[in-house]
Amino acid sequence: MGREQQQVSYTVEQLVSVNPYNPDILTDLENYVNEQVSSQTYSLDANLCLLRLYQFEPGRMSIPIVVQILIKALMAMPASDFSLCLFLIPEQVQMEEKFKTLIVLSHYLETARFRQFWDEAAKSRSILEVVPGFEQAIQAYAIHVLSLTYQKVPRPVLAEAINIEGLSLDKFIEHHVANSGWVLEKSHGRSQLIVLPRNEFNHPELQKHTAEGVPFEHVTRIFPMLS
Amino acid sequence: MASSYDYDDASLDSRHTRPPSAGQGSAGTDQGYDPNFVPDSVKTFVVHLYRHIREKNVYEIHQMYDGSFQRLSDRMFRESPWPSVEAIAPYVDNDHVFCLLYREMWFRHLYARLSPTGRQRVESWDNYCSLFSVVLHGVVNMQLPNQWLWDMVDEFVYQFQSYCQYRAKLKNKTEEELQLLRQYDQAWNVYGVLNYLQALVEKSAITDVLEREKEGLEQFAATDGYDYEGGTSNVLKMLGYYSMIGLLRVHCLLGDYHTGLKCLAPIDISQQGVYNVVIGSHISTIYHYGFANLMLRRYVEAIREFNKILLYILKYKQFHQKSPQYDQILKKNEQMYALLAICLSLCPQNNLVEENVNSQLRDKYNEKMTKMLRYDDEAYAVYDELFTYACPKFITPSAPVLEEPLTNYNQDAYRLQLKLFLYEVKQQQLLSGVRSFLKLYSTISIGKLAAYMEVDEPTLRTILMTYKHKMHAVDGDGKIIPNADVDFYISEDIVHVVESKPTKRYGDYFLRQILKFEEMIGELDRIKMD
Repeated sequence: MGREQQQVSYTVEQLVSVNPYNPDILTDLENYVNEQVSSQTYSLDANLCLLRLYQFEPGRMSIPIVVQILIKALMAMPASDFSLCLFLIPEQVQMEEKFKTLIVLSHYLETARFRQFWDEAAKSRSILEVVPGFEQAIQAYAIHVLSLTYQKVPRPVLAEAINIEGLSLDKFIEHHVANSGWVLEKSHGRSQLIVLPRNEFNHPELQKHTAEGVPFEHVTRIFPMLS
Repeated sequence: MASSYDYDDASLDSRHTRPPSAGQGSAGTDQGYDPNFVPDSVKTFVVHLYRHIREKNVYEIHQMYDGSFQRLSDRMFRESPWPSVEAIAPYVDNDHVFCLLYREMWFRHLYARLSPTGRQRVESWDNYCSLFSVVLHGVVNMQLPNQWLWDMVDEFVYQFQSYCQYRAKLKNKTEEELQLLRQYDQAWNVYGVLNYLQALVEKSAITDVLEREKEGLEQFAATDGYDYEGGTSNVLKMLGYYSMIGLLRVHCLLGDYHTGLKCLAPIDISQQGVYNVVIGSHISTIYHYGFANLMLRRYVEAIREFNKILLYILKYKQFHQKSPQYDQILKKNEQMYALLAICLSLCPQNNLVEENVNSQLRDKYNEKMTKMLRYDDEAYAVYDELFTYACPKFITPSAPVLEEPLTNYNQDAYRLQLKLFLYEVKQQQLLSGVRSFLKLYSTISIGKLAAYMEVDEPTLRTILMTYKHKMHAVDGDGKIIPNADVDFYISEDIVHVVESKPTKRYGDYFLRQILKFEEMIGELDRIKMD
């Protein structure tokens, strides 16, 4: 069964790269969206292709499919896939309740308002639960933003960002200490501090300064003088 | 949001400037226009052009195409079309391909000087279909100048865009015009346009050619795409090449920036290439590339490319003053300064803009850029104005609904893109304030900074994270690219500010000085003392 699914998605990807401007592949692309949802995979190119076809033939647009595409795009953050999809959806369609909710959720994530995001997500559980893996994907995004920003992040900040508290949070942190290079520290008296792994964004000294090299072609200009 | 610039201004594409009197009536109804009358100068023109094409004298073809055609148009066909193709056909052996080429020029002249009717728009579409079909079947063996081949693709996309605008304005259409739209519903359909461009790219195998060129296995850019020795036709290959740029442009018009950039990907714009041989194609490529990157929030990339092309135009525009593309060059130049102003307001940078370009930019937009950094209502008005002025003419690709109530919806696509762009600007509203504060300190506690910015600590933390998120774009390969000139990291409660210092390019500096002194020494040696 899995093998067969593997073959279908290979064909869809081929279609998208070889023959994308073709109304006949619309149903295949819709099925592929459902498949991405159920198998927790993702293809921006295929989904943009489908949104374009909907643009060409608005009568064939399926709101549930577009909702799924947008949720998958949210899960791709920090990439700006969500805006890329919105660029292709007509204004009137974006007025639908479900889309308005998703746009609000995107807004909270873009402006790092995690507490408001998780509150709103809880209220919109019925829309979001159609896509498995949503929570984990957003938590991964939250950790990404924290890793850009903090060398040492206080526990309450982490808790709010990933919407996990108490014992579950302990377990979560333990897991990342074991697998992702996190380190626990005690801050002066108060809460725990989580030391995040070093990268070039929270440790600027690690930034590679690419401008220091000189391209070879420039050096060749003085060869005539050296001889 | 009233913008002082009228988006719907039909003469926006200044390549197609119309003299005031040509506004009345449509082509062909001008008094005294006889499509069958062929003046002697036209007779000579087509006979010579036909001969040069048959004999593959690319240089002469270019002189006639770029020079004689314009001069004759200026002298004799300022306000009327050229003679019909049926009238000139006898002078060129009724050659099928030549007639298609002539007709393409005929319609292009019509669009530039006059106002095409609905029927003429449809006929032009038919002509392009025939012309591209002939090329795609591989039966063409001419060599044509790159300028002409670029103009074909450029005009094809332009007429598509123009048609989408035309058929989206239904309110004042006559019954006859509506009937035409109903009858010829396949004309300029978006599938057709995209599939022709795609077919040209594929049939020409241009991506393979470019790959082999990279590995040194084929000459392409070195000969500007021509085959001087073998004399094989360059038409399909070059149309395929230019169609990649055409696809980028069409996708931008649809709002699909990601796919547009993918279509352009086989062309490496960090190198010289065939795309910058014809200045029109160079500018169109970079304009759309930059705009797509702006919408994808890759501001530094956009700034870099706009800077390069604006510097190029500054240096070389004087050489194009006499060319028919001059107006269009100037127009795109102005639009790209506006886009550069937008990018630099959203993502301030110190060292990416060359001195001369920067002073031009300040001349034109200093006041507006100051306003944009304030992020108040006035700022949004400026963002609105500049975006409206500089953006492509977005289109609604779907077929029109030709029933009552008939409306004008040609601005819908533009309004959506503008709305989403301003939405992004709004999300970055507080970042400018953060930046100015960060520039003042090397370290500051969260508490103190929150107090200065008059927000509570949790809000400040979200603002700082937003800054980090917005200033780190994700590129096509999923890599994170830092865009900020002022950066920071937080350790528990303290913000440590890191200002990126301009890297001193010692290597380059020494090389330049060495060359300069060598030159001076050479000059001194040459001076003979009497």
